[in-house]
Amino acid sequence: MLDLIPLQWAWGIVLYWLLLAGASLLAQRNAALITAIVFPLGALGALAIAGVGALGLAGPSAHFILPIGLPDLPFHLRLDALSGFFLVLLGGAAFGVTVYAMGYFKSMAAEQLSLLALWYHLFLAGMAMVLLADDAYAFMVAWEVMALSSYFLVTTDHKIPEIRRAGFLYLLIAHVGAVSLLLCFGVLQGGHGAYTFDYMRSAELTPFWASAAYLLALFGFGAKAGLVPMHVWLPEAHPAAPSPVSALMSGVMLKTAIYGLLRVTFDLLNVQLAWWGTLALTLGLLTALYGVIFAAVQSDMKRLLAWSSIENIGIVLAGFGLSLIFYADGKGALAALTMTALLYHAINHAFFKGLLFIGTGSVLHSTGVRHMGALGGLIRYMPWTAWLTLVGALAIAGLPPLNGFVSEWLLLQAFLLSPGLSHHYLNMVIPVAAAAIALASALAAYVMVKFFGVVFLGQPRAANLEHAHEAGWPERLGMIWMALACVLLGLFPVQVIVWLEPVVRLLTSQTMTNAGNWLMLAPISAERASYAPLIFFAVIAAITLLVFFGVKRVYHGRVRRADPWDCGFPEQDARMQDSAEGFGQPIRQIFESFMRVEREMPDPFDRAPQYRGDSRDKIWLLIYQPIADLTAWLSAQAGRLQHGRIHWYLIYSFATLIFLLVFTR
Amino acid sequence: MTTGILLQILQTLLAILLAPLLMGWVNQCRAWLQGRSAPPIGQPYRTIKKLFHKDAVLAHDASQLFRFAPYLIFACMVLAAGIVPTIANDLPFSPAADVIALVGIFALARVFQALAAMDIGTSFGTLGARREMLVSFLAEPALLMVFFTASLISHSTELPVIVQTLAHKQFVIYPSLAFAAVAFWMVSTAENARIPIDNPTTHLELTMIHEAMILEYSARHLALIEWAVALKLFTYSALGIALFVPWGIAPAGDLSALPLAVLALLVKMMLGGAGLSLLEAISAKLRLFRAPEFLGTAFLLAVLGMLTHFLLEI
Repeated sequence: MLDLIPLQWAWGIVLYWLLLAGASLLAQRNAALITAIVFPLGALGALAIAGVGALGLAGPSAHFILPIGLPDLPFHLRLDALSGFFLVLLGGAAFGVTVYAMGYFKSMAAEQLSLLALWYHLFLAGMAMVLLADDAYAFMVAWEVMALSSYFLVTTDHKIPEIRRAGFLYLLIAHVGAVSLLLCFGVLQGGHGAYTFDYMRSAELTPFWASAAYLLALFGFGAKAGLVPMHVWLPEAHPAAPSPVSALMSGVMLKTAIYGLLRVTFDLLNVQLAWWGTLALTLGLLTALYGVIFAAVQSDMKRLLAWSSIENIGIVLAGFGLSLIFYADGKGALAALTMTALLYHAINHAFFKGLLFIGTGSVLHSTGVRHMGALGGLIRYMPWTAWLTLVGALAIAGLPPLNGFVSEWLLLQAFLLSPGLSHHYLNMVIPVAAAAIALASALAAYVMVKFFGVVFLGQPRAANLEHAHEAGWPERLGMIWMALACVLLGLFPVQVIVWLEPVVRLLTSQTMTNAGNWLMLAPISAERASYAPLIFFAVIAAITLLVFFGVKRVYHGRVRRADPWDCGFPEQDARMQDSAEGFGQPIRQIFESFMRVEREMPDPFDRAPQYRGDSRDKIWLLIYQPIADLTAWLSAQAGRLQHGRIHWYLIYSFATLIFLLVFTR
Repeated sequence: MTTGILLQILQTLLAILLAPLLMGWVNQCRAWLQGRSAPPIGQPYRTIKKLFHKDAVLAHDASQLFRFAPYLIFACMVLAAGIVPTIANDLPFSPAADVIALVGIFALARVFQALAAMDIGTSFGTLGARREMLVSFLAEPALLMVFFTASLISHSTELPVIVQTLAHKQFVIYPSLAFAAVAFWMVSTAENARIPIDNPTTHLELTMIHEAMILEYSARHLALIEWAVALKLFTYSALGIALFVPWGIAPAGDLSALPLAVLALLVKMMLGGAGLSLLEAISAKLRLFRAPEFLGTAFLLAVLGMLTHFLLEI
């Protein structure tokens, strides 16, 4: 009975969020009530569910049956280490974002805000239910609640046509994915007709049907996660949504897809085949590279971050594929190492991407501009936002001693261990595939220098930026929470890995052994590889301070202020800095074959020249455009039947009647 | 353990102090090869000393990041120098970071350099930052591939273990290491802003990369950056020595081998510096968009080295 307490609490918090969602509808007239009471209460719920998740992660798995649902189809709930881990991820990131939202939504009209708060809390409850569900029915209901509520969140500004279109695209792809998941569960039940996960675990599937289930799951969850080529909704939906919502969608909702993939592949399926891993690894690496290349050429800051999310999901999926390869090959210890790396990267991404999205939210709030070409120099007007965002940018660029580096380091170690595989070709090709991860993370550094440099550094590119105001305290607190998580996850990897052990054991039935001590991360053995971030950080900080004070003491600290020198060129202005397009131009030139670039060049004698360069996604043009055209053509053909003349409709009915009479005898 | 710590400190200090000397030596060799009369070998020390004495001139809009970056960059380079075995292989600090983390340290310094360059908002600063990031995103994977080849041979990413394995290797020559060495040379020219990717002596806007980023720095900040640049060249040379010609580096705990190790290091550095300046004297700087091809070649060579390792050496 004691084991059930965390699960009951988790369910209680879901109910509490649903209650808050309902309460926010009642507060339609009073915006202050929502930002001052509903959101803080929601944030408390997030913190509580993170705590419950931590308990569930460490404790034994528990399940119980809810007396709701259809008459003989109740909801089954279960809290085990895997759900616990993702609940911590959800709660931790959602707490920071919701605290931020208290300040961010202050200026919103009350009516709109109450609707937003309703969907926001439904969204949180839906995501938590996805993680808790223990049968296909509850899972799909929660999955749909999550998809629909996030659709309404994306279309908060539904008066703008582009946002409606973005929302539609998101809804469409979410549902194509959901259909695939329904089919996947249909295969998984293996003819029992019982849809609880317990039955699915015991179902004996032939390799063919197992593969079918896996492929359906990969497609369905891949559509949610943003796997290339199902990624097209991300760069549209994330810029459309309000920033805290983008932060939640990118940081947490994409992870629910990873959760589902892990649950189906490692928990529900009984057989795991090596080629599944190879497929996921290839797709993951492709997604990572494709995402980061497009991130480098964006000039809308939220779109840039959306593409960067695609990259990170690619890295997580590559880790998933590699782990699957090791697992199918019987290399449990290596599978555990890779699994640790991928879970680590998933939680890292929740925090740093959440931080970056809310950072852009503050910029957007105080300047009203999303286009990087009209920003610049904000570190002078918004120092808090700038420095906190810098932490996120450095973390996502995979720089030590922050958290992004730890997970990439673990993943690279796993890649280097693949010569232990028994396949002849795989053990040669996989270390080379590590090059793709290296390339993606080096490009991520490029992207982040572009993002931070263009938005926060340099001269303001527009006059109104000088009135940009700093974010308020709730916003700052939200960002500080996220930044702190990035730093702590970076400095204490050993503790995090010990904490992750139950999850890894549940999935791969082994754990990653750390041969180092509490300071030092050393997978496999200390001879093989080690990394001690705390020492690393302490030494860098010590040398920096030593040099700073040493130089000041030995010499002098005199400073003179002057105009910038710039090779002696006197007439410089803000327009001579690189624009976002300018900074991305080398990448566009190198990788032009991946994209379709639309350019509008000004005339050389033009007095007010306007240049436009737009890099379009080729996958959209090659896959989606033909499908859209075909659908439009088919509906046009079907439309011919509808012309509003009554006698034709009578003839249709008559023909149908005859048809039925002939064929149903 | 205490001798280890002492050696660690000694070795790091040696690197910090010798780094400008290596720079001076390379400049001297290049001047000879170009038929100029050479500046004295201690010129970099004098430049650094002069710069420290001057008043720092900062642009009106310079933010804290701009002032903080030189210290951080210098600290990163000191840390990197502390990880690479130069004279002894007994480094108590080296478990704190392996070769992948070493690449991370270089990346951290580079990102701060690029951000600081963009801070003032001059046209040259952003141009330099953009070019630097372009070169580095191609060079970094290639460098990692070189390290991966070495670590696949020695089953470790720890530099002392790699050095120990390679110093007592079982084959006379590893074909994979030959590929890796060429790739490493190509990458290190790019990372250290040398010809053919960048020219450290130019201030011509069409060609400069690294110099464009530090145009706005003066006095102590510039001194620290110049010193960090010298230290980076020294660390890369030491890395090349440690990976490809590790003979002479004193094994762990063997103090009697130290004098020989210092001598070996000096001779190897002299030869390496002379080789670098010779290659610089006979090659021309590449156009910027030739740099991807150059670094792509380096990357492919490193990958080939890795494949060679799998085909021939196991």
